[in-house]
Amino acid sequence: MTPGTGTEGLLRELAPRVLGAVVRRYGNFADAEDAVQEALLAATTAWAAEGRPDNPLGWLVRVASRRMADQYRQQEARRRREDLAASWSLSMSPEGPHPAPGHDDSLILMFMCCHPSLTPASAIPLTLRAVGGLTTREIAAAFLVPEATMAQRISRAKAKVKASDEPFTLPSPDARPERLRSVLHVLYLLFNEGYASSNGPDLARSDLSGEAIRLVRGVRDALPEDPEVAGLLALMLLTDARRPARTRGDGELVPLAEQDRTLWDRALIAEGVALITLTLRQGQVGEYQVQGAIAAVHDQAARYADTDWSEILSLYGLLERMTGNPMVTLNRAVAAAMADGPGTGLALIDGLGERLGDHHRLHAVRAHLLELAGDNPTAIVEFRAAAAGTTNLRERHYLTTKAASLATERADG
Amino acid sequence: MRFMLLQNYGEVESDCPPMTEWTPGDIKAHIDFQHALNNELTERGELVDAQGLAGPDQAKFVVANGAGAPVITDGPFPESKELLAGYRMVDVETAERAIEIAAQASAAPGPKGVPIRQPIEVRQVMSAPDPEV
Repeated sequence: MTPGTGTEGLLRELAPRVLGAVVRRYGNFADAEDAVQEALLAATTAWAAEGRPDNPLGWLVRVASRRMADQYRQQEARRRREDLAASWSLSMSPEGPHPAPGHDDSLILMFMCCHPSLTPASAIPLTLRAVGGLTTREIAAAFLVPEATMAQRISRAKAKVKASDEPFTLPSPDARPERLRSVLHVLYLLFNEGYASSNGPDLARSDLSGEAIRLVRGVRDALPEDPEVAGLLALMLLTDARRPARTRGDGELVPLAEQDRTLWDRALIAEGVALITLTLRQGQVGEYQVQGAIAAVHDQAARYADTDWSEILSLYGLLERMTGNPMVTLNRAVAAAMADGPGTGLALIDGLGERLGDHHRLHAVRAHLLELAGDNPTAIVEFRAAAAGTTNLRERHYLTTKAASLATERADG
Repeated sequence: MRFMLLQNYGEVESDCPPMTEWTPGDIKAHIDFQHALNNELTERGELVDAQGLAGPDQAKFVVANGAGAPVITDGPFPESKELLAGYRMVDVETAERAIEIAAQASAAPGPKGVPIRQPIEVRQVMSAPDPEV
């Protein structure tokens, strides 16, 4: 859930602006980020006791700045005055500290946190803390690791950003497309992290997809004209819309074909469809837009049988040409099977073994297509192979059950 | 990616004696090594959990059919090397990194600081499904 109007929601909204203001004033992203985290924690306690201040942003900037000043004073005491003076004068722009320009600061922070020197596994928690305003404890809980481990992961990520020695400004125009791709990739993975395990015993993790949507909305506020940002937002909205139908009460997966579509979130679908339609009209089509378009086609079918498979087939064809990714070919094979019969789909994946090896998704797709083709004995073998190869428990349950029910049918028939 | 690094009792590749026969100094060095490894893994943002289990003498085997009283077998068990001694759970970026950590753990020091070469079983923990389902 995206936080609402409560203190927690407000703090998360303000976090990147506070951080932007403090970094502009003192430089040193890594220390400033720690100071802001402390200010956010202090606000939770102080505002609960004394009420919310009239100017929450000013309050947070003041408290975080005081922490920075304290830190520097301690460092000074450790005879580091010279270094400090140097770091101050370097970090100050000629015209002195700027007022916080809001969106721009959040965007600069996004670029820093999703720096190409970081792996997504380090960029994600850093982004959640520095831009998302989540506490280390919340992030640790979402990723099911101890707080100390997560704190270290974040501070190592910050050390890497620091080592890259990047000034607190937007990347240069020629570097920007590549850097934006990193940002969108990190947010895409964050969304998947939450979406993949958003129910049953992993409730805490569903927050992550809500956070990803909130952060992409923030990027879109700063870059309203970028079609891939819009495409990614549409993809997330249209995927998240299906979440209520995607797992059963016991946490087991429900495949798209069997989902109760009345549970889908109509408001999210309407927003996502409108957004992707508008964006595709601009004509600079990218991967996220195509994926968003595919999600839109699924979401607009009232029943699985009503799905416009030929449209999905051509969209996967386009995506395959853009990416050359064999996983996309697998999806295209499913669409081809639905549009033109299982034989066509099976023919498409025939050569994929060389590129995908013994990948469990290849087995799973082949199993489904063989089942469609009525070759249950071979489908059972493929379902079992897929179950043995997957590293996900729910998927293994699903695949094992599929193999078992086909085997039972055979025995009964 | 999460991995369990599992180690069993008494099962080492070197010919070192059981720990009860080591010198106090060697035991301390071994324990310090384990702490240092855990600290290093926390420091790298990788440690999820590390636990040692009570000895095989404390182990019990329980078998039940759901209706009658369960059959409980008490230790000690002669085949104690089949029993789990402890585990680490790590959250790492690659399978190679899990193997690297396992190699470090396997080389824990024994008597006179010689690595005991304990086999470490590396098992991936089941994770999130592909989002495209």
